[in-house]
This record gives sequence, C-alpha cells and structure tokens, in this order.
Amino acid sequence: MSDLVSQKVNMIFKSLKGETVHALKDITFTLKKGELLTVLGPSGCGKTTLLNIAAGFLRPTSGSINLGGKEINGPGVERGMVFQQGALFEWLTVNENVNFGLRMKKEDPIKTAKKVEEWLDIVGLKGFGNTPTYQLSGGMQQRVALARCLINDPDLILMDEPLGALDALTREKMQSLVLKIWKETGKTIILITHSVEEALLLGERVYVMAPRPGRIHKEYKLPFASMGLKGDLREIKNDKEFVSKREEILTMIWDMEEEIMGKEI
Amino acid sequence: MITGFITFFTIFAVVGAILYGRKLIKTEKTDAVFGNPERAKGGMHWVVVGSSFLLLSWLYYSWDIAKSFYPKSANELCQVAKVNESLLSLKYLFPIVERQHKSTAIIKRENINIEDKIILIQNDPNLKDQDKKIFVNILRDTKLMIPSLTDERYLEDDTKNIINELTIRLNHLTENFPKDSYPNLTEEEENEINEGLKKQLGWGATGMEVPPLPESKRGLKFHAAAAELNSISDEFFEMRNHNPEYLKQSEAIFGEIKEYMDGLGDGRELDYIKDIKKLVRRIEYASIFPPKTLDELENAIRAFDKVQNNEQANLRTIDILLFPAGTIVASGPQCSEAGPGRWLPKPSDTFRIFGEMLKPSVGYKMIPMLWYEMMGVNRIVGFILPDWIADIMPGKYPVHNQDGTVDPNFKSRMLDIVTGEFEAFKIPVPTGHIWDSFLRVFLGLSLGIILGVPLGLFMGLNRFAKGFFDPMVELYRPVPPLAWAPLIITVFGIDNVGKVFLLFMVSFSIMIISARAGASGTQLSKIHAAHSLGASRWQIIREVIFPNSLPEILTGIRVAVGMCWGTLVAAEFLAGTTGIGFVENVARKYMQYEVIWITIFVMGMLGLLFDLTIRKIIDKTIPWRGKG
Repeated sequence: MSDLVSQKVNMIFKSLKGETVHALKDITFTLKKGELLTVLGPSGCGKTTLLNIAAGFLRPTSGSINLGGKEINGPGVERGMVFQQGALFEWLTVNENVNFGLRMKKEDPIKTAKKVEEWLDIVGLKGFGNTPTYQLSGGMQQRVALARCLINDPDLILMDEPLGALDALTREKMQSLVLKIWKETGKTIILITHSVEEALLLGERVYVMAPRPGRIHKEYKLPFASMGLKGDLREIKNDKEFVSKREEILTMIWDMEEEIMGKEI
Repeated sequence: MITGFITFFTIFAVVGAILYGRKLIKTEKTDAVFGNPERAKGGMHWVVVGSSFLLLSWLYYSWDIAKSFYPKSANELCQVAKVNESLLSLKYLFPIVERQHKSTAIIKRENINIEDKIILIQNDPNLKDQDKKIFVNILRDTKLMIPSLTDERYLEDDTKNIINELTIRLNHLTENFPKDSYPNLTEEEENEINEGLKKQLGWGATGMEVPPLPESKRGLKFHAAAAELNSISDEFFEMRNHNPEYLKQSEAIFGEIKEYMDGLGDGRELDYIKDIKKLVRRIEYASIFPPKTLDELENAIRAFDKVQNNEQANLRTIDILLFPAGTIVASGPQCSEAGPGRWLPKPSDTFRIFGEMLKPSVGYKMIPMLWYEMMGVNRIVGFILPDWIADIMPGKYPVHNQDGTVDPNFKSRMLDIVTGEFEAFKIPVPTGHIWDSFLRVFLGLSLGIILGVPLGLFMGLNRFAKGFFDPMVELYRPVPPLAWAPLIITVFGIDNVGKVFLLFMVSFSIMIISARAGASGTQLSKIHAAHSLGASRWQIIREVIFPNSLPEILTGIRVAVGMCWGTLVAAEFLAGTTGIGFVENVARKYMQYEVIWITIFVMGMLGLLFDLTIRKIIDKTIPWRGKG
C-alpha cells in the first residue's frame, strides 16, 4: 500500500503585485506502486510544480498528495529526486556523492561502501568511485545522480527532465538504463519530460498536461515501456502504433501552444 | 666589484634573452595568429629581461654603477662642485651665466623702482602735498646718485688696484692650475689633509653621503683652486665702489631722510620713508661699477673656467653618463648627492644594510627583524588560561602567618598555574619586526574569518540576520580602515590589541560579504537534492552550502589579506614600537633611505608570499571552480 494519491491539488502563486497564476487546478490521480508515469506538456503547464509538490519542496494551496497513506509535508528520504543538471556536489567524489544520503543518516561506512559499489555497478560507473564529479561527462553525471537517489531506497522516484540536457546517443542509453532500473527495483517513478518520444517510450502511463490553469489534459496507458524492457528501443520507435501516438500527442501539444500564443496576441 | 660583475652579468642576460626571443619567433607555430592567447604563453626569457631591466635601472639611477666602476668619481666631482660653487658668485657679475652685467641689471631695476615709487607717492590721496614733495625730492636725488657710481672719473685708485690685483691672482691661478706641480702645499697643509683623510669614510651609506676631502691628485687640484677662488671672491665682495663723490651725495640723502624722520610720529608717512631708505641702502651695497672697469676680471674668470673645464677631462663624461638626472653639489666644505642617488639607495649599500639588519644581534632599534627567543611554557599557559579559574576553585586563598611566611594551599597553587608562576621548560618562539607584522595580520585575518564566515552564511540564508546585521556592516564597511585607526588605537591601545582589532574589522566585513554571496549563490537544485537525500538543516549548511561557498570565501580571504596587509603597515606607521611599518616610519624620520627601501621590499615580498599561499590553497581546495 505505498500508492501515490493526489487529491484535488490546487496551486495558486501570488506575486507581490497581486497577480495570481493558477499553476495547478484540481490535479487528481492515483499511482500504484511500481508504475512509471511520464508527464508531458508545453512549458508553463505546471509539470515541475507538480513534481516539487510531490517532493515536498512546495506546499499546495489546497488539496493534498499522499504517499502510502501519509500526507506529504516537506521533503523526505522516501521520495528521491533526480534533477535536470544532475545537481551533483562537485566538491565530492563520485563515491561521496552516491553515499551522501547514507552519510547524512550516519550509517556504517563499511556497509555503505559496499552498497555504493553495487549501485555504481548497476548504473555502469564501476571504477569511477574516486573520480571528482566535475571531471565526469553529462551522461555519467546523471548516472551518479540516479545512483545517489536509488541508494536511499526511496518508495517514489521523481525525475525532473533528467535526460533533457544530454546528447541523443547518451540519451538513448540512459533511457534503457531508466527502464532497466525500473524493472529491477520495481520503484514507482514519475518522470517529467518535454520529449514526446521519451514520454511514450518510458511511460507506462503518460499524462499530457495543459497550461492556464495547469491540468491533466489527457491520459494514456501504453505498452511501449514493457516492450522496451525486452526489445530494442529503436525498433519500438519505428512501430506503427508508436508513430501514430506520437503524432497524435504532438498535434495536441501544438494546438495548445497555438492557443496560448493566440491568447497572448 | 660585485656590482660591476652583476652589471655585466645582467647585460649579458638581457642580450642572451633577447637573442633567444628572436630565435623563438622563427620557430613559432604559424597557426598562432595575432589575438590568439597562445601567443602570450611562456616567455620566461622576457621575465629575465624585465627583471634585468629593473635591476639595471636601479643600479644606474642609484649611481651604483658609477660607484662600482669609478669609486673616486663622487669625491672628485665634489671638488669640482666646490670650484663651481666658488666661481658662481663671480660669474654672476658678468654675462657668463646671466644675460646682462650685474651692474646693468641693478641699475635698470632700481631706476624702474624709483619711478614707480614716485608715481605711487604722487597718486596717494592720504599724503600731504608737503610730504609728497619731500619724498619725491629724495627719490630724485637717489636717482642722480647712481652716475657717481658708474662714472669712471670718480673711480678711486685703491679700487682699481684691488681689481687689478684680483685679476692678476686669477690669471696666476689659470696659469698654474694645469701644471702637475699645482698645488704647492706646505708640509703643514699636506699633513692636515692627510689627517682628515684618515678619518674620512667611504662614499655611500657606510659613512658620509659624499666624502668631502680630496682623495686624488686631481681632486686636490680642484680643492686648492676652490680655496683660492673663495679668497678672491671674498675679497672682491668686500670691496665697495664708495668714492668721495658718491659718499657726498649719499650722506646728503641720508641726512634728508633723518631730518624728516626725526619730526615724525608713526603713520603712513613712516612706511614711505622706510621704503625709500631701504631703496637707498640697496644701491649702497650693490656692487655697481663703471662699465669697462671689470672687463679684465671677466676675461680672467672666463679663462679660468675654460681651463678648469679642460682639467675635468673624463670626469665630465662620467658625470653626464653615470650620474643620471643629477650630480654632486657642494655647499661650503660639504658635498651631497642631488638627484636620484640621494633617495634611491645603491643596491650594494641596501643589501649590505639588509644583511646587517637581519643579524639578530643588530636588528632595528634593538629588535631583530626575524628571529626566535626562548619562552617558558609557563608564560604561554598563564597567557591562555584566564585567572578566574583559580577564583572558582573551592576553598580560600591563604593568609600569611605570624612569622611572616605564607603556606600555599590548593587554591593558591591553582592561582600560580593560571598566572604562569611556575617553573617549566622553554620553547623557541619567533620574534622580531617581520614576525610581529605577520602575526598581527594572521590574527586579525583569522578572527575575521572565524567570525565573519558563519555570520555571512547566516546572513545569506536568513531574512532576520540579513536585515539585522546589514546596517551595521554596511555602515562601517565603506569607511576606509585607516579612518577608524585613531579611534581604535585610542580605545584598544597602540599595542597589538588595537591593530589586531583594526585588521579584524577589515577582514570581518570582507568575509561577511563573500560568505553571504557564496551562500545566496547556491544552486537551488543542490539544496533540493540535499533535502530529498535526508540532510538536516545543519547538515545542509555544513555539507552543501559551506563547500559551495568556498570559492567565494577563498577569494574573499585573498582580498582580505591584501587589505589587511595595507592597513597594518599604515597602522604601524601611526603608532607602535614594532613591526615593518614602524621600522619604515623611524627610517623616514632619520632619512635612512636604504632602510625605507628595505621595508618596502620586505612588505612586497611578504604580500606576495601571502597571496601565493592563498592561491595555492585555492587551487588545492577548490579544483572544481569554474568546471561545475
């Protein structure tokens, strides 16, 4: 029973001038344990706000998000987070970054070291333990960020456009890695992306969000993630159904963008 | 000797480095076009040229090259300067240095003065007509008196004889001067000079600025000529062209003045008549002669000047080439350096004095520059432990006995320990001017860092702290630290406490600003990451915000070191009894230019050392800077 339940979450930002922005409106959904949800939408639709609320960095104006029956109230270890730029601590080595969470809990360093080794192996960074993080490439930094998050054994993993800043090749590798980790650990994952392809490839469920006010516009349940676990990601991309879904969502988002532009003009 | 060697060596180094530079250009990669930073890389050979250039300039402009290659040149130039000085007053009489004869110039000026005065008197509405008339009469008489001085007919034979005699003496000198036998000194005179030479010290900081007694044959010639010229010049200026005709007229004028002044109180009239009297006196003492009278003398002076210039020979070249921007001047029997040689000490002297000062037994003002002393551990313990520790111990301090002794108890023994009154082994502790300055900077800086960094971080993270401490910091920070110095020194005393506090104030504000900038510049995603990894507030500050602010903090320290160092030297200038700034201040009072330059050099070196250390620390501790 560690489902993620969002109930009528509203988020209204007020500026000092008195302008209000309705960032999220009545977001209601339930995510079962072990599900992989990707959230897609044009910029400004409240994707990141939703993630920040789930992580506990923001408090919703009304409504609540519960994880395993407990209301989310501030950040916590049970909800790990992976950021777009990795947000690694560049003054630490790879090892020190990965075991950061365990060190904060003051766990036994010997056990920790073993765990770190395991996780570095999983994310494919074996032997990089003592490398300073500022010497790593972008893809490697994201692997470290993943390991750092997963070593804490969180119930829910929140990913904020984690692959957005990577080149196409690295991105593909990382997508397989995310799927592999999802399969092996069975974690609940929410992944935010602005790439339609990525959302379709990785998402067991896909939410397309619409802006002003930020809301869930459309929901999809897709088979591609489970297909991706077995097969080649590139083959799936050429799948007929995949292509038609991609075009459908792209059109949807383009319409939304046009609507916004129209409104602004 | 050493200076000469160094001079040649440096010149070779420069030539070698330039040749190497030329060669390097030929082998340079062709892809390094102008503007490519690649072209600025390397270039140690140009460092050699730059340093050599500095050293050579120093050697040259401090006249050390002259001293090294021509050690006697200053002494000889001093003798020449004596001759020139003696000759100058005579030269001024004629159009040699000036444009006109001195008599001509005086007559011209005084005639104008008289006419001006007459106009002034006639136009003064406050003067009575009667007074005006008297004044103008006296002035006209004065003007009429001048021809009595310039008319050859009135010139007395005595005066003519003296002028002739002086001319003959000068011609005689001119004739004898180039001869090898000149000067013909008596044994007594020779002994006198030799005695003086025994006591005479060398050129430079060891002894006199410039040794005045002649040390060479050529010097002796000029020395003797200067004495003769002095005697001629004295005799000439004692002579007055006061012939009977002049005396008659001037007596009449002074009589008129006296008569008028006798019947006078004080008022504007008095001022006028005093002015007129001054004017008459000026003419009386001016050396006014008839136009042709001094022609022979003038020729004699010109002739001697030519001869003495010839006799200087290569000394003139040395003076022009090796004594740049100045020369040796004489004033009476003494000589001094006029030019950069005076305030730019010779490297040879400077290094010798520096070596001397570094000796712990010499130092400066009884304190070594940098040495160590043995200090009992008890004194250190007594300094560190506060005395009240003994007060809070149980029991009471002992009271003396009837037989006049005191039995120590536990409490009194504790007091002995905390005040350092016990026997202990000794350890070496650094001491001296350089150490004192260093320690002050170090303490002030450390205090500033220890207190400033946490407060700065706090201010970067907390609205209350930022608002509360901002006014205080921002109000005292823009004030130049030296403006605080008088106040701080009054409150905390001229010794270490005041200076350390001043430096603390300097570094504290800088550390606050930099730590605050570092804290508020932390990426939000890193803080978020730390939160979701389960870090507590304290852990976030210690593990994320502090290391993230380190680049700013270390840069702040680097700035603070420079500021502290500058402030300290100025503060030591103001007050105190030790430290590099103190040394410079004392040296300034006694015009010890070598010591001034040594302190400047030491300060530069220490400042550089501080900066290099911190740069090293920066490279070691924050290698990720600019790569995150």
